Amino acid sequence: MGKVFKYGDNVDTDVIIPARYLNAYQPSELAEHCMEDIDRSFSKEVKYGDIIVAGENFGSGSSREHAPLAISACGVCAVIAKSFARIFYRNAINIGLPIFECTEAVDKISAGDEILVDLKTGEINNITKGETYNAEPFPDFIAELIDDGGLVNHVLKRGRI
Amino acid sequence: MTLTQKIIASKSGQSTVRAGQIVRASVDVALANDITAPVSIRELEKFENKVCDPDRVVFVLDHFTPNKDIKSAENCRFIRDFCSEHGIEKCYHGAEAGIEHALLPEQGLVLPGQLILGADSHTCTYGALNAFSTGVGSTDLAVAIKTGECWLKVPSAIKIVLAGNFRKYVSGKDLILHIIGLIGVDGAAYRSIEFCGDTQALSIDDKFTVCNMGVEAGAKNCIFPADETVTEYVQAHNMCGRPYRVFEADPDAEYEKTIYIDLSELDPVVAYPHLPSNIKSVYDAEKDRIRLDQVVIGSCTNGRYSDLEAAADILRGKKVSSHVRTIIIPATPEIYKKAIKNGLMEVFTESGCIISPPTCGPCLGGFMGILADTEKCASTTNRNFVGRMGHTGSEVYLCSPAVAAQSAVEGIISAPKGDE
Repeated sequence: MGKVFKYGDNVDTDVIIPARYLNAYQPSELAEHCMEDIDRSFSKEVKYGDIIVAGENFGSGSSREHAPLAISACGVCAVIAKSFARIFYRNAINIGLPIFECTEAVDKISAGDEILVDLKTGEINNITKGETYNAEPFPDFIAELIDDGGLVNHVLKRGRI
Repeated sequence: MTLTQKIIASKSGQSTVRAGQIVRASVDVALANDITAPVSIRELEKFENKVCDPDRVVFVLDHFTPNKDIKSAENCRFIRDFCSEHGIEKCYHGAEAGIEHALLPEQGLVLPGQLILGADSHTCTYGALNAFSTGVGSTDLAVAIKTGECWLKVPSAIKIVLAGNFRKYVSGKDLILHIIGLIGVDGAAYRSIEFCGDTQALSIDDKFTVCNMGVEAGAKNCIFPADETVTEYVQAHNMCGRPYRVFEADPDAEYEKTIYIDLSELDPVVAYPHLPSNIKSVYDAEKDRIRLDQVVIGSCTNGRYSDLEAAADILRGKKVSSHVRTIIIPATPEIYKKAIKNGLMEVFTESGCIISPPTCGPCLGGFMGILADTEKCASTTNRNFVGRMGHTGSEVYLCSPAVAAQSAVEGIISAPKGDE
């Protein structure tokens, strides 16, 4: 269970992790600056198990994998959005950051709500409001990647993609 | 099948593919830069055999180079050491480095019909050469380097039919900003954008610019048919005479929607902060009298020779405004040399511009032109997000080289006027 940090549409990778910090690639270092240009207090307030909820096109912009790495290293256990930009979507799955598309959840969840996400089924329980929402299921191949623990582990396990 | 689907089918060994299908495809070129390569290398270290074919790997150290600080220098050394150890010869650094998406086509490293995967979102640029080319993250790239393959969801497509010719001072940059304004920053999400119609009206540099910014509409890839501008460019740059195959869409290819654009109706445009879709005609923008502190002419979007030429044509014999730092960034060493040889650099220095070595630097707020709070910049780059070029209180206005140059002279965002 975690607390929700809520943002709007088009949260781009430049605000998730500004390029001035991309001379580093250690997740812990990136985490210190996560969301800095959109929410200065985020990296200080976020706790292990918290959840980011956002609108359309989350993670648009650059291909930097540093963005999902920073979010994950902050302790965020899932990102729920109406939609994701395609490179961010791939990157999150590849590194094992759980993401879910659910318009209803985004519309109904408020900042600060306590929610519980079943990472396997995509069922989202809003403890604060007493509501349940269901995220879009993943295509089989992507579900397999997630089960294997990301793309590198998938290749290590199966010998190919 | 669409043009994109036909390339994906050929690279996945299938006679046909359909939108939504997930396929495993072979990768012809795997590209990364000094920001994304270190993360890929860290992932590759988990494998015993790391590089499937060193000849298919290209690293370009262009973002924070010439090394902007100690960490960047360490990252570049880390990449060079990896290349030495694994026999990767195409590691462009130092005086050979240029902005990757201008450098690869110029060096003949990307060809029609290829599948190019790059750990840089603007990898979609090479669709200008009739290739399937898309941006991915570092882990995808690492696995492409290790296995020579990637997984892809076959995209559906939006068709854009072009007609007519640009009026003076209207360019590929205006066309792509117009398209992004029309369909929005996620209007082509997960889809291909395929151009057809009078594509010959666009020079090859215009085509690079258009494809480069396809990602700003969320597109997976942008692609042109192999018209004469494409085949001429490829013949001139395919130095080793490597074989390639051009593809075209089937006559009965299915498109999600079709957009018709008459190039002669387009104005030069400006994308206001903080989204590339936030466009206005420059004739309206100049009424806003936006006072500039900086102009940047360069980047993978607009740092090619013809872009510098368009800027020089306006700057020749004029001075840039005293309150505008005007930074010119030739995208590659070849472009730099040609600009010196043909006198463009003299035009720039005489008009009071600053000339930078090839680098992505200011485009992403790295270095070589960072904005202070409340400062405003007209830029030929590709993104105007919050804090993109520096302080979160700064503002970036995206435009063509002609608009940027005229604006540098006037000190406010201005329409190119010429002498007629």
